[in-house]
Amino acid sequence: MTNGSEQQTTATVPANAEAGRALKLLGAVVVLVGLPLLVQWAFDFTKDRDANRFAIVGVAIVLGVLGVFALFWVMDQIVDRLPRGWRETARPYVFVGPALVVLSVFLIYPVVNTLLLSFKDRRGDSWVGLDNFEFVFTDPSMLRSLRNTSLWIVVVPALALVIGLVFATLADRLQRGESVAKSVIFLPMAISFVGAAVTFRLIYNYRPEGFGSNVGVMNAVWQGLGNDPVPWLTRQPWNNFLLMVIMVWMQTGFAMVVLSSAIKSIPEEIIEAARIDGATEWQVFRHITIPSILPTITVVTTYMVINAMKVFDIVFVMGSPENNGTEVVAERMLTWFFVRNNQGYGAAVAVVLFLAVIPVMIANVRRFRAEEAIR
Amino acid sequence: MNVGSGKKSSWFVRGTILVVCLIWLFPALGVLVTSFRTGIDANSTGWWTTLSSPFDTAQWTFDNYVTVLDSEGFSNALLNSLAVAIPATVMPITMAAFAAYAFSWMHFRGRQLLFVLVVALMVVPLQMALIPILRLYNGGAELFGLTVFPDLDLNGTFLGIWLAHTAFGLPLATYLLRNYIGSLPSSIIESAEIDGADHFTIFSRLIVPLSVPALAAFTIFQFLWVWNDLLVAYVFLGGTSDNRVVTIALQMLSGSRGQDWHLLTSAAFITMALPLLVFFMLQRYFVRGLTAGAVKG
Repeated sequence: MTNGSEQQTTATVPANAEAGRALKLLGAVVVLVGLPLLVQWAFDFTKDRDANRFAIVGVAIVLGVLGVFALFWVMDQIVDRLPRGWRETARPYVFVGPALVVLSVFLIYPVVNTLLLSFKDRRGDSWVGLDNFEFVFTDPSMLRSLRNTSLWIVVVPALALVIGLVFATLADRLQRGESVAKSVIFLPMAISFVGAAVTFRLIYNYRPEGFGSNVGVMNAVWQGLGNDPVPWLTRQPWNNFLLMVIMVWMQTGFAMVVLSSAIKSIPEEIIEAARIDGATEWQVFRHITIPSILPTITVVTTYMVINAMKVFDIVFVMGSPENNGTEVVAERMLTWFFVRNNQGYGAAVAVVLFLAVIPVMIANVRRFRAEEAIR
Repeated sequence: MNVGSGKKSSWFVRGTILVVCLIWLFPALGVLVTSFRTGIDANSTGWWTTLSSPFDTAQWTFDNYVTVLDSEGFSNALLNSLAVAIPATVMPITMAAFAAYAFSWMHFRGRQLLFVLVVALMVVPLQMALIPILRLYNGGAELFGLTVFPDLDLNGTFLGIWLAHTAFGLPLATYLLRNYIGSLPSSIIESAEIDGADHFTIFSRLIVPLSVPALAAFTIFQFLWVWNDLLVAYVFLGGTSDNRVVTIALQMLSGSRGQDWHLLTSAAFITMALPLLVFFMLQRYFVRGLTAGAVKG
């Protein structure tokens, strides 16, 4: 469109159009040369250790936020300058291009690469066959992590689901204060696993007899009952459950909110009819509420199973998982890869995790799509 | 009992709700109270002992916060967290919004196939991507002697972690936004096209304003996800005092000064302050974003 009108003006007022075109060309050169230089400068600046930290952070935010907008704008401008027939063919790829490039480099390539690395040695140089996987399924610490993760994916979703369901059902009957009560339970969803882990370390804190009074509430209560203080976090295998409590504390709110909206969408008439027929509250809950929200329960459960499979932060912050027998799979992956510099072991653990997540995730995505389709 | 009446809440219902709420608040209350106590107090008596005399102002202090922000480097970590979280939120959402628009309203070869591919990537746990990305950052990649990915030395840089977070957030963001943008009435887009607007204009002037609810929900989800993340920051930014973000700083403090509860609790509260603020101010979007975002890999 622009091109056609440009040619017309060229024919009528040549001098003016020449100048305009030269200006446009100059502008393009400035943008094409200047922008990368500016980005390069900004990028180097964010790595400068001596510069003022506020300035670095400011430049970084501007670079990141404006950079991504500029990227699309510049590419769109370039497409506008293509020959007419190509423009609308090329433009969709400008829109989807950046996303596809980032996904290819940072997700698709890594998946293939991790698969290959899982069959290589600790530096990724030579092939070692299935040795890494043999390690994953024979090393005592790895086996403990598999056992613990299996416990996590059963215990955490089950507890969060039961508490969330009971709470949602009861809160539904409150005359007032329902939203406040729900906010309280949902609140821990907002904070980090690290913050939650530190919060519960205070609760489980232990000081041996004679080293001052116990400031952790669990030992204080325990001592109040006339017992000696206990180092809770080293008591195997119970310490695993103490860590799971942290995740239950964080995730119950999620289960509760989703289940609560499902409960509210059950038609009031059905429940009233059952009550008139003389059904007890328990019967209403058991035979009407539960069956009606069963699809939602499945969705919530799969979400929480996946989260529990990938739990890492809580165990990592609580410290020395190997001594305490609290290893989990995602934590082993990072320990082997990052702390002990064994890429082969790390990759093999990641592959095992991936294979375990896939079936749950596919079911999850399917369900999610079905759910969205209904909406 | 009057449970059966359904409308009136019994003492049993109210009592249970109250007890559960108190149990849920208890851990956080411990952190909050301890963070305002002096080091000597916090290490000699339990925080609950203050509840008997909460108005005795002599026992409260702000010193822990000053110490943590200043000498423990949390003010720097807060800045870093912002520098990581803001672009790492804007970048995936921008890219996802453009892609979602193209997948919904533009015609090109392979549209359906590419969209399915993007959605399929939701199954990849991010642990699967950490090792190769770090290798890319530290050494680049060559294929048949050609440099496919140059060695940009991105490890420990903001750009490195933005790109990683962008990739991990993109599949879900694209999927959610495509569902939203695709459900906008086609008559709006068609009439804009008839008026001569090009795709870039339609997108920025029409689609983005109309998609604010979906964008807001995902923005909150992604921002909190990045802010609260430990794993990605640990791998790509590391724990140097220059670079580290709040979650890393808290994790390190928990390791190095694990018994200084007055400092640990105020540090923990500093990392939680912003997410809690977002929670209270934008609760509606927050819940929507979190429930939609729960499938993130």
